[in-house]
Amino acid sequence: MGLAKRIIPCLDVTAGRVVKGVNFVGLRDAGDPVEIARRYDEQGADELTFLDITASSDERDLILHIIEDVAAQVFIPLTVGGGVRSVDDVRRLLNAGADKVSINTSAVTNPQLVNDASARFGSQCIVVAIDAKQVSAEGEPLRWHVFTHGGRKDVGLDAVEWAKEMERRGAGEILLTSMDRDGTKIGFNLELTRAVADAIGIPVIASGGVGNLDHLVDGVLKGHADAVLAASIFHYGEYTVRQAKEHMARHGIEVRL
Amino acid sequence: MTRIAVVDYGMGNLRSVSKALEHVAPYASVVVTGDPDEVAKADKVVFPGVGAMPDCIRELESRGLKQAVLEAAAAKPFLGICLGMQALFGHSEEGNVDGLSILPGAVRRFPVEALVDDKGERLKVPQIGWNQVHQAMRHPLWEGIADGARFYFVHSYYVEAGSPELVAAFTHYPFAYASAVARGNLFAVQFHPEKSQAAGLSLLGNFVAWDGAC
Repeated sequence: MGLAKRIIPCLDVTAGRVVKGVNFVGLRDAGDPVEIARRYDEQGADELTFLDITASSDERDLILHIIEDVAAQVFIPLTVGGGVRSVDDVRRLLNAGADKVSINTSAVTNPQLVNDASARFGSQCIVVAIDAKQVSAEGEPLRWHVFTHGGRKDVGLDAVEWAKEMERRGAGEILLTSMDRDGTKIGFNLELTRAVADAIGIPVIASGGVGNLDHLVDGVLKGHADAVLAASIFHYGEYTVRQAKEHMARHGIEVRL
Repeated sequence: MTRIAVVDYGMGNLRSVSKALEHVAPYASVVVTGDPDEVAKADKVVFPGVGAMPDCIRELESRGLKQAVLEAAAAKPFLGICLGMQALFGHSEEGNVDGLSILPGAVRRFPVEALVDDKGERLKVPQIGWNQVHQAMRHPLWEGIADGARFYFVHSYYVEAGSPELVAAFTHYPFAYASAVARGNLFAVQFHPEKSQAAGLSLLGNFVAWDGAC
């Protein structure tokens, strides 16, 4: 027995509420972030991820108060991402109670931020989020590019190579989201997940597309993910985190029960 | 009122440590402090830390905290966490510096090439997540915590204890290493009790109740 694979519920937060959309559009209200965080903690979540998808900058500080409230009540690791542009943004989130900060668009526009933030706070708290979409045509070898702006902008970088570069620059973990799958509930993009997980020496969190518990099992066994992230299957009460863990354990995956 | 000092030497966020202590010890006074006098006045000392060893040692010295930490470690119930455990030992491969050398042993990097588990799977560095902590001695800090309970780890370096009597618990990644050490009034853990849910809060509660004897 050794290190357990992790289940990480993800909370997309805007204007102080948890929401969930399909392919990054069509948001639905899913509740109060502190209440939801407590529920997942009680169910045995291994970590929680908060993505601040607030569009306007004047509402940005709301996430800091939410993290402060959650961190005072929930004693498991908290990752926060969304709109992180500077070392000072990282510092403010860590001071509010985040254990890790996830950097997405800014890692593309300013990769030096990954070096600077990991040198300042340690690699263990710097997660780089990669949103990837398949760009190879039918019949070609599979290729994925990094996308920004909620999956609308192809920045022309190969996702696997980008993950390696992020590792070199000091990322401690990669949060890998398949933009083709996000919100679809048809399962992780296993080829993408495996290609990235096998190419780097830091942990990979698989994200995007979970619709049932077998998808979580596949993410680990076929995608080689170290952790699996899901939102909607937990938010609307389809499954509890505990059910997900028991299901994974039945498939021979080591989990914290 | 019991005074618990959480030593702040600029290495990472200590809010979660203090929040967890306040949660288990609502009647204690928990202070996050970089003042050597506050550390000296405290009844118990928690020495946390995330980040890199060279910065840790440099910051302790430049802030005048090294002596206060050495004195606390010699006399009071003292809990090292993560980097705060590693810093108690001698030479560290991280930055090739010496720690406080309070305990015999060294700090090594996980050898990436050798990290293959029994299923042939390559293990990642840093180790991130919940691993089992196998208790190697009876100790008041293990009170009420199941042998083999899982705690949350985040680290790329581990302690190679210089003496087997120090090892309070071990963890496999994939080889066994010391995930907790104890000697007299000292207890130190590689994992993060403040992030380890019920098991972690139990350990912190036990520390608050501990008089430093074993």
